[in-house]
Amino acid sequence: MNEYSAGKVDDYQDGDRKVVLCGEAEVGVFRIAGEFYAWHNRCAHRAGPVCQGRLMKRVLEPVDADGQVRAQAYDECEDHIICPWHGYEFSIRTGRHPGNERVRLRKAELIVRDGEIYVRA
Amino acid sequence: MNVQGKFGPNYAATQQIDVYTDTREVLAHAKRNARLRGLQDWFVVDIDAHHVETVSWKEVVQYIEDPVIRDNAMRYQSERIGGPPYGLNGDLGLRYQSVGGRIPHQDDQREKVAETDVHRDVVLTRRAMDSLGVDNMVVFPTPMLFLGMHPQPEMEVWLGRAYNRWMADRILSGDDRIKTLVYLPFNTPQEAERAVEEFGDHKSVIGFCVTSTRTKPVHHNDYMRLYRMIEERGKPLAFHAGYHWQDPSLATVNRFLGMHCLGFVWCNMIHMTNWILNGIPERFPKLNTLWVESGLAWVPFLMQRLDDQFLMRQSEAPQLKRMPSEYMRDTCFYTTQPMETTHPKALENTFDMINAKTQLLFSSDWPHFDFDLPQMICDLPFIDEQAKRNILGLNAARLFNLDPTPRKNLFV
Ligand code: FES
Repeated sequence: MNEYSAGKVDDYQDGDRKVVLCGEAEVGVFRIAGEFYAWHNRCAHRAGPVCQGRLMKRVLEPVDADGQVRAQAYDECEDHIICPWHGYEFSIRTGRHPGNERVRLRKAELIVRDGEIYVRA
Repeated sequence: MNVQGKFGPNYAATQQIDVYTDTREVLAHAKRNARLRGLQDWFVVDIDAHHVETVSWKEVVQYIEDPVIRDNAMRYQSERIGGPPYGLNGDLGLRYQSVGGRIPHQDDQREKVAETDVHRDVVLTRRAMDSLGVDNMVVFPTPMLFLGMHPQPEMEVWLGRAYNRWMADRILSGDDRIKTLVYLPFNTPQEAERAVEEFGDHKSVIGFCVTSTRTKPVHHNDYMRLYRMIEERGKPLAFHAGYHWQDPSLATVNRFLGMHCLGFVWCNMIHMTNWILNGIPERFPKLNTLWVESGLAWVPFLMQRLDDQFLMRQSEAPQLKRMPSEYMRDTCFYTTQPMETTHPKALENTFDMINAKTQLLFSSDWPHFDFDLPQMICDLPFIDEQAKRNILGLNAARLFNLDPTPRKNLFV
């Protein structure tokens, strides 16, 4: 296993994503609410380029006290990465599919050292 | 620990895939996976991929035979704004295919094409073939799949013929790896016969296509001459599924997800039921049919339903000499996509019931949101290598009389 530079901590604004080439592998590094996360760029579905998809908030459908629904909403606390091949969505924090938590991304080891970020792959 | 990238990070050239991303970049993982599975040496046919013919609609309408309609269409295409392409009815559901932009290649392919020696669609199709690991790709239209519901049956005749002529002239001539199934204006049987006569012998025409979204009974006597003509040519007849949200049976379904799940299967279930119960396979035993883009799970369902009821009501289907499921297994071929893989035991059972080793043909449906990949067949644990080779290409070679020599290059 090798260690690959993923840039400086300061290169990442909140909500940023950078896909890093790591030899044969590719890793997506995300900064969400001040925390860093790293996932292999291989979708749990068909190994598609999941980390190169759109970032969107999780969609919710609030149900009121009468059991009725009126509008959908975004969960402002839950950021998703969406695989561009077929649309599988994954929580960037947990790597899990919101509809089936057994469907999940493979974590890449991430190290922050002296203001620099490294991933192991 | 070996630390790489001492001189800075090596970021991927494409950080976010969007509608401008090159097909080869979108499908880079597919190509790598095809190489890893050794598909370079396998003959792979994709029976169902798509182009968006409306991007070229200005060209297509020039091929309309009726001079008045042709002029009207050309003026409309160059002057009118705010309407859909001339003559097309489309469907409400087309707006939702990309899940609100989550699946960009479903929305558009605005990538750069520098090549000028062939049509842009030829270039895009080549890129898809050489990324997915496909040797021959059958290209279907997209919004035209709804033409069978057009209130003017003559519009299907005009546009169907224009499309067939444009395909032959501009697309098929560009690369003989690209194949087509001729669009039949099925709502007008005599014109469908004319299409068979006119295009049936073209070398890249490997069969004929009925777009399934329509309410015409496939067993009507008006079609028997058409079936005879197709049977005599020895090329298959495909029923390409589609949805139709305005169908009364879908009137309460409010999510595209549900409408698409049901609609894409429903049309072919109805045509198949009529096809079998009216004994068409008995009347045309050499006519091969191919059932496209309804997935596979519906087939065992329908086999069981028809078999059970048939034994109780044989007098209502007196032409049948065998069980409905036997006709569905022995005289019908199926394409894989969208292959339902979340219940592997059910899928294995389906393969068994349809005799997948000889009757199943790979299809991708690229570039639509639920496209499949050849690797999915390679990775199935319950069939042997010969069955995989058959499904990926050799069954198609047999059915369509194709040369099974691999033509793609996964190493460029
Ligand atoms: S490969 Fe990611 S959604 Fe299919």
